[in-house]
Amino acid sequence: MSQLSTLSDAELVQRCREGNTDAWNELVERFSRYVYAVCTRGFRLPEEDAEDVFQEVFTRVFTHLDTLRNDAALRPWIAQLTRRLCLDSIAKRGREQATEEPMAGELASDLDEIDEAFTVREALATLSETCQEMLDRFFARDQSYRTISDELDLPSGTIASRIARCLSKLRAELEGRKVGPDGSRG
Amino acid sequence: MTTFDDERIGELLRVLPPAPEGWVRAAQELPAARRSLDEIVARAEADLAFRQALVADLESALQLEGYEPHRRVVDELKRRYSES
Repeated sequence: MSQLSTLSDAELVQRCREGNTDAWNELVERFSRYVYAVCTRGFRLPEEDAEDVFQEVFTRVFTHLDTLRNDAALRPWIAQLTRRLCLDSIAKRGREQATEEPMAGELASDLDEIDEAFTVREALATLSETCQEMLDRFFARDQSYRTISDELDLPSGTIASRIARCLSKLRAELEGRKVGPDGSRG
Repeated sequence: MTTFDDERIGELLRVLPPAPEGWVRAAQELPAARRSLDEIVARAEADLAFRQALVADLESALQLEGYEPHRRVVDELKRRYSES
């Protein structure tokens, strides 16, 4: 786990403003899954459009980081920016060809779930590196016990119990948090 | 306050798979791309021959001068210097 991964959003923004390239890499790493999920799972953009929105989001964040008034509000800012750019992309595509647009209620529910998932990932980031690896590989990367065992060089018979232990640590971490409406990191 | 059980936590972890590596790398390279863009633009402002080469054939001009053709840089330069 890099030291930067333990920084709050506000501290990370501060380092980015100072021109710290590693801090920028961490910011992209921290929000890349979120932006990707909003584009593809929330708004169901085709891959090509999702990539354009993804790059545009980070370009604007990089360019306008100095204008962010409250450094702790990085997450809601990125969320709003991503949603707006997804809508622009759908509108642009709609002018060119008919696209499958998510229904409003379904979209809102998917975006809520993505926000909730981000909160879970923030809690995950507080666990040991082994637990992070284990849970990420099994759930987010959909790797089998066998693959996890091979790649982490652990006995295959211990993977299930390790995952269960890590899950229970993650649950304890989540239960200790009060989740706000935007789940922002202070 | 949201309540979580193991099954729900597992579902939520699945909601955020990694973004494609190439996308993440390109976004992480933005600071370097921005520096490169600023350098190219400054040079184009000061050097007429270089500016003309960019207008005539942007990608070849960049390659000839040894600039890394980052997609965002190329797009921005096309916007600024394309002949139209």
